[in-house]
Amino acid sequence: MTDIATLESSILAEIDAAASEDALEAVRVGSLGKKGSISEQMKTLGKMSAEERQTKGPLLNGLKTRIADAITGRKDILKREGIEARLVNEQVDVTLPVRRDPLQAGRIHPISQVMDEITAIFADMGFSVAEGPDIETDYYNFTALNFPEGHPAREMHDTFFLNPGESDEKLVLRTHTSPVQIRTMETQKPPIRIVIPGKTYRQDSDATHSAMFHQLEGLVVDEKSNIANLKWTLLEFCKAFFEVDDINMRFRPSFFPFTEPSLEVDIQCDRSGAEVKFGEGDDWMEILGSGMVHPNVLRAGGLDPDVYQGFAWGIGIDRIAMLKYGMPDLRPFFEADQRWIDHYGFRPLDMPTLFGGLSS
Amino acid sequence: MKFTLSWLKDHLETEASLDQIVETLTMIGLEVEDVDDRAAFVPFTIARVLSAERHPDADKLQVLSVDKGDGDPIQVVCGAPNARAGMIGAFAGPGTYIPGIDVTLSVGNIRGVESHGMMCSERELELSEDHDGIIDLPDDAPVGASFANYAGLNDPVIEIGITPNRPDALGVSGIAKDLAAAGLGLVKTPAVASIKGEGPCPVAVDLSKPGAATFCPAFGLRLVRGVKNGPSPKWMQQRLKAIGLRPISALVDVTNYVTFDRGRPLHVFDADKVKGDLVVRQATGDEEFPALDGKTYKPGQDHFVIADDNGPESLAGIMGGEESGCTDETTNVLVESALWDPLTVARTGRDLGIITDARYRFERGVDPAFNMPGLDYGTNLVLEMCGGTATNATLAGNIPVPGLVIDFPVSEIERLTSIQVSSEEAASVLTRLGFGVDGSGPTLKVAVPGDRPDVHGKADLVEEVMRIHGVNNIEPQPLPALAAIGEKILTTGQLRTRNTRRALAARGMSEAVCYSFIPKEHAVAFGGGATDLSLANPIASDMSDMRPSLLPSLLAAAKRNVDRGIADLAIFEVSHVYQGVSPNDQKRVASGIRRGTARLENTGRDWQGNTQNVDVFAAKEDALAVLAACGMDTTKVQIEAGADDFYHPGRSGTIKLGPKVTLGTFGEFHPMTLELLDVVGPLCGFEILLEAVPEPRRKATRSKGALHLSALQAVKRDFAFVVGKDVQAATVLRAAKGADKKMISDVQIFDVFEGESLGTGNKSLAIEVTLQPTDKSLTDEDIDAIASKVVENVSKSTGGVLRG
Repeated sequence: MTDIATLESSILAEIDAAASEDALEAVRVGSLGKKGSISEQMKTLGKMSAEERQTKGPLLNGLKTRIADAITGRKDILKREGIEARLVNEQVDVTLPVRRDPLQAGRIHPISQVMDEITAIFADMGFSVAEGPDIETDYYNFTALNFPEGHPAREMHDTFFLNPGESDEKLVLRTHTSPVQIRTMETQKPPIRIVIPGKTYRQDSDATHSAMFHQLEGLVVDEKSNIANLKWTLLEFCKAFFEVDDINMRFRPSFFPFTEPSLEVDIQCDRSGAEVKFGEGDDWMEILGSGMVHPNVLRAGGLDPDVYQGFAWGIGIDRIAMLKYGMPDLRPFFEADQRWIDHYGFRPLDMPTLFGGLSS
Repeated sequence: MKFTLSWLKDHLETEASLDQIVETLTMIGLEVEDVDDRAAFVPFTIARVLSAERHPDADKLQVLSVDKGDGDPIQVVCGAPNARAGMIGAFAGPGTYIPGIDVTLSVGNIRGVESHGMMCSERELELSEDHDGIIDLPDDAPVGASFANYAGLNDPVIEIGITPNRPDALGVSGIAKDLAAAGLGLVKTPAVASIKGEGPCPVAVDLSKPGAATFCPAFGLRLVRGVKNGPSPKWMQQRLKAIGLRPISALVDVTNYVTFDRGRPLHVFDADKVKGDLVVRQATGDEEFPALDGKTYKPGQDHFVIADDNGPESLAGIMGGEESGCTDETTNVLVESALWDPLTVARTGRDLGIITDARYRFERGVDPAFNMPGLDYGTNLVLEMCGGTATNATLAGNIPVPGLVIDFPVSEIERLTSIQVSSEEAASVLTRLGFGVDGSGPTLKVAVPGDRPDVHGKADLVEEVMRIHGVNNIEPQPLPALAAIGEKILTTGQLRTRNTRRALAARGMSEAVCYSFIPKEHAVAFGGGATDLSLANPIASDMSDMRPSLLPSLLAAAKRNVDRGIADLAIFEVSHVYQGVSPNDQKRVASGIRRGTARLENTGRDWQGNTQNVDVFAAKEDALAVLAACGMDTTKVQIEAGADDFYHPGRSGTIKLGPKVTLGTFGEFHPMTLELLDVVGPLCGFEILLEAVPEPRRKATRSKGALHLSALQAVKRDFAFVVGKDVQAATVLRAAKGADKKMISDVQIFDVFEGESLGTGNKSLAIEVTLQPTDKSLTDEDIDAIASKVVENVSKSTGGVLRG
């Protein structure tokens, strides 16, 4: 008995002392291998009497199992220690920066972003987006829009003219997006609900005027729409666009050659601080012109003004972008200064939707 | 248009406050742009100088003791030569803002003597340019009272913006009429007293010259003999000054006053300087015309003048002449009240660059009916202020009688505005506005008065009723929805524009929006610069030509950024280019450039490896990304070497779809291009014509079809070929793919190598071919057979050999 106990404690001591998987394997071979110390003992069982074998057998088998388990246990420990040592060795400085993400670096220009916001709102009201050429004929830009030749209203437009070419027609850079009203009426039967975003040009340049700017025209033509619908449409648009619950707007009679009656629209605001705040304050800021489509404009579009009626409006896209997002000066919009676009631009995945909020 | 409150009240009997008047003006379409309530004048007090002593330390200064009416005299140091004991003037205490010198007073110490305010000159109060001395008031001026009240400076000044359709509001009387119609009081414009003239006007007016009768339908003229010109009365001067006009002399001030009071421009000639009769005629084109503004103009043959035997005396309807102008010596004066064709006046003024109050009114339309009353009104004022004897008026031509009568169904008001008004109410509003209304049923007959030349039809009358009724009273009503769920509203082009922007921004690029016009030499270098695409009146010489490409704008932007120290830059623009003047020549294009190391994956130096400079392949990636954003399968395009001349000839490519369709170009730029645009590289760019991408085919269903995945494993084999240096990778890829179109699912180039070991003029291209079996696994024999076909095909089409 003492032999077995001695053997066991000596093998267990060897197992504990084994510092590597190789050393452990040597212990296993030395104990449980073919010629191992336990295997040698097991061989003696055959020569024993049945009675002796009855007592010795279970003892030796028990020893064998315990040693095997001890080896397995030691093996696990050694493996884990090995992995841990390797992992310690593999450590890196995770505070090192990674490459920049193009999705974070890229920017959408505020004008494009605001056009997308506008599109989202008007799409919801059943409007389509129409477009037209920047180089227009005098007819579409003025005459068809009820600007008589020589009328002072023409002079208010500071028009760019193109040098004469083969065409007999006088060509201009469109001074407003309104020519697309005529182009649309010429090709589309009422009901018409369109918005027309686009580039417009006037010979003018200061902090809030640029020789090129962007306008959003709106046109509704059917057999019913009137000033009350115009007011509703523009109120709802302004609330949605400026993302405020309530907005106080003032519609006052004005004059545009292509609308009759005509209205200018002001928004109540607070201009006392650095940025304009809507829905508070006691200042009024003019933001758009609107009115019922003039009978002569409907006629120019091939529609009978006694049957069809509707309203139109025009609003400066750059201007409402400046108001909403706080740019103080219009000129940098067109300078492609990386620092400006980094600050005022939008990330590529900032997609304006009504279901996700225009700007959130 | 400016006027003062008291002036308005000459024409309007009203209890309304200034605020109510201002609010109403804006809401009836006469937008108030500014109100000066004259509060700045409140602190000035009438004060008496009790004593004036020489300043102990300054010869030109005096120390005054000033009584401002409260029995508590204060000490003021004054430099005015006319300051003297006993005089009465305008005093300002410490804390008062002095408008004429833009200074707020404080207690001063002038050479050792304290000064508690100042006695003001007229210039300091912006009353005139007079700064020779302090204001010297009559002895009966009430000491201690408000100077502003005494001097009539407390009269608020209102400025309104007049839209081109409202010539009737270019006179205070017309504004009063509008306010009265809106319920703010009663019109009380005084009637014009008729004039009992003595004898005929000795000067005749000739309207017989070509075009004169059309240009001038009516010309009223009268001579006033024996006038004594001089300053106009104080009340008239104050009103004129309040609205920013400089009083000149009674005769001239009368014409300006009537212009603003009644919207009726008049002109006065010194009759003794007029030789012979007055002729309305076209200018000869050679005549010099010295005008009242001190400048000399040269009217053209299509401009009209009023001439006498000496030549042009007036630029009709715009400005009088220096030579026949009235002076203090004038004793006989001709007063003119005439009608001029609006378009001709507008054109003449524009051509000669003259803007006057007369032109402003004539080009918008002056009421013919007030032509002769206006002459009488002006004459009465002349007689009142300057004395003299008037002749009878002479009238050449005829006063046009407005003949427009509009059939106005009152239902139009509700149709266009939703306002419900009765026929009686509509008639009442229109009558108050001066329209002649006949009938009372559902359709009124409305006669348009002469001061409303802008009213042509029913819609104009609707506006009249609407603005007086009040736009605020129109309750907003929803625009009925056209469909329960909105349809797709964007066109293919619009969607491509949006997607392209987001795709390029997602590649780390920043969107630019640049001007549509660029310098001519840039336009020429990029294939544009045609005469008919250049502006006749550019705002600056470097903004002259409609751009044929977006690239020059972006390259110019790159230069500006580089100049600011931003060397690595990736910007793009999606906009239009102009290939011609017709709408179809305006093309939607996406372009982008990258500079320095501004690559998709990274920019600049990095601890994991520095970013390489951008090159033609960076631009090619962007270009293909745009096509993908437009919904194109980019494996279907062909790439041809070379592109437009502005690119590097060996480092640029053209993207085509079949032999005819060019989708775009990409590449590094030609050194001469960069030199022209004054920018240095490394720079690459691309341009994609969005409209050239074929319209997607509309499918019957949205189903993507069933997916068949092979259960069998794909096999990859590598080959390296030695080919001539000019052999294009595309040729090798095409040849390899063609070896077994059914089995070869993909071919990739994974290495390009040039070295001496390959022999000069050669390069090695290594490809990885993927074989995807579909029905059974490939045996070694199968694979070998395909491999040798690949080698054979590549050798045949490129002359290359398998690298040993």
